[in-house]
Amino acid sequence: MDKNSETAIHVDGVYKNFRLPHEKSSTIKSAFVNILKGKRNRSTTVQHALKNISFDIKKGEFFGIVGRNGSGKSTLLKILAGIYQPAQGTVVTHGKLVPFIELGVGFNPELSGRDNVYLNGSLLGFSKDEIDSMYEKIVEFAELEQFMDQKLKNYSSGMQVRLAFSMAVRADADILLVDEVLAVGDADFQRKCFDYFRELKKRKKTVVFISHDMTAVTEYCDRALLINDSEVVDRGTAIHVAKQYTRMFIEDANNDAAAGTTDDKRFGDGKASYVSVSLSKKKITDEIEDITIQLKAKAHEDIEDPIFGFSIKNSSGNQILGTNSMIKGLKTKPFVKGEALEISWTVPNVFADGVHFIDLTLVSHGGATTCDWWEEASTFTVIKEEITPYIVNPFIAISVQGDEYSQPNAKSGRSNV
Amino acid sequence: MIKSIKQRYRYTIILLKQLVKTDFKLRYQNSVLGYLWSLLRPLALFAILYVIFVKFLKVGNGIPHYPIYLLLGIVLWNFFAEVTTSSVGAIVSKGDIMRKINFPRYVIVLSGSFSALINLFLNLIVVGVFMIIAGVTLRPVAILAPLLIVELFVFSLAIAFFLSAAFVRFRDISYIWEVIMQGAFYATPILYPISLIPVNAAKILLLNPVAQIIQDLRFVLITDQTKTIGQLYGTKLIRLVPLGITIAVSIIAVIYFKRRSRYFAEDV
Repeated sequence: MDKNSETAIHVDGVYKNFRLPHEKSSTIKSAFVNILKGKRNRSTTVQHALKNISFDIKKGEFFGIVGRNGSGKSTLLKILAGIYQPAQGTVVTHGKLVPFIELGVGFNPELSGRDNVYLNGSLLGFSKDEIDSMYEKIVEFAELEQFMDQKLKNYSSGMQVRLAFSMAVRADADILLVDEVLAVGDADFQRKCFDYFRELKKRKKTVVFISHDMTAVTEYCDRALLINDSEVVDRGTAIHVAKQYTRMFIEDANNDAAAGTTDDKRFGDGKASYVSVSLSKKKITDEIEDITIQLKAKAHEDIEDPIFGFSIKNSSGNQILGTNSMIKGLKTKPFVKGEALEISWTVPNVFADGVHFIDLTLVSHGGATTCDWWEEASTFTVIKEEITPYIVNPFIAISVQGDEYSQPNAKSGRSNV
Repeated sequence: MIKSIKQRYRYTIILLKQLVKTDFKLRYQNSVLGYLWSLLRPLALFAILYVIFVKFLKVGNGIPHYPIYLLLGIVLWNFFAEVTTSSVGAIVSKGDIMRKINFPRYVIVLSGSFSALINLFLNLIVVGVFMIIAGVTLRPVAILAPLLIVELFVFSLAIAFFLSAAFVRFRDISYIWEVIMQGAFYATPILYPISLIPVNAAKILLLNPVAQIIQDLRFVLITDQTKTIGQLYGTKLIRLVPLGITIAVSIIAVIYFKRRSRYFAEDV
């Protein structure tokens, strides 16, 4: 019993399979035919959604579950919520649990805002009297005072989300399961969500939080679980797991880049082209100050005014930086047929964590003619100690005057609180 | 432990109330007369039955208060039809909610049947008013009527549980049930007096719990001229057969529903 008072959720050896019928036998005739043939499960594939998942969540803990799409984390959340049944293993929860897999569950567009408050409230476990007593606050928080007697279908999507969220924050549960859908909406709404998280943390609620947003995970979660291909691949502090998660993506993108450098990302008239690309370093850490891109270009025909350029984009496709020889004010000589040139770019290490791609350009006539346009000609990977949510992450110095600030690395200290 | 059980049923009751309320609200939405339709429908039906069966066809000769006798049969049958037919798609239509939140699945079926039950009571009030107007005198045996209504409710609910769970896996159920209901409507003495059918056939037809209940209710409420299953077989004990069927169907349905309901969220 003593253990129960500490543990909020106990998950032990949970497996989950989904039987995916190729041709669903959803008519009695086909079921009958299959039974006669004695091959009931002939045309089903078993998909393992979760394999041997075990973990404990302590009371008052903010627990993250991270993993890419299709890794099984949403299935796990549904099993925790009791919506799906595990094929094997056990899930024990202590305390009242409310899942937020979606906001505004049960909302009916044909009912008024008021009726929907009562309907959604009943699904969250509130009696009519309880909702009566908090109705004013719900409406006020949603800022929908004049609209409560209108049908929900006449609400804008923003108004619906506001109403739903205003209900959700009222949920009086010991354990909350929060899917990342909570993080949709405009900046103002997100701010409200995060305020709510802070509030939950303050009230020592147990929260299981699923997200792709590593900034939010590191900010709110005490511990986290990394799931990949239906299995737990790592667990530990939120910062540790967030790093592993980012690293996992980097490795994958590297593999993709190695396999996927094809010609359809390269075009041009071929009068001149790059023949080799090399980088001073493929793995970029904090210690490295500059990245040097060494290029060799060759002219197959005469080109009067070549312009050499490059740009670097991150794994989300954002162009981060780039320049070309014209911008640099470098007047290149005419490129003569058969001639080879070596170009070298030295770029300061300002990059954030993740894979980066180098696009190369070789144009002439002030950009009117493209000789060689080579997207993702090369890649490099950045892994730094400090992670920020921004697209660049150059070294930034901090200096604070005062007695208590002897440690400059304040961020990793906070996670242990 | 007791507290946790209480807590569990608290949620069920809250949900049940709210779902029944919502169901009623949605049903008469956008209609000018709203809830009045619950009363107007049986009234209109009564008018039609009266004109056709009493004035034109004259089938009920020999049975006192035949229009009311007819109306009661129709009202009871409609209740059975409403509970069972609406249950078929009930679970599937709530699939979206079931995938988002965990709540006792039987509440869905139960709430549908309670809405129908409220409707049945409204209809029975109309029947009662006509009984007063027509001067039907209640005999002491009328005290058995609530028991018969309970039997009808349990039987309807059992079928509803079975159909709603089966439909999740076999979508043919809706068509099959439609055909069965059409057949059963004529195999039940609703529009015609049971005396029109050969005795041996009537004996079989009245083993159907719905038919037995309708005849028994007519007997206890309206007229002792009604032929009940007891009279046909010559023993009151024969009622144990439809009662047994009701209990057996209930047990099977509850077991089946319970077993399947764990997987509704994934199967829907």
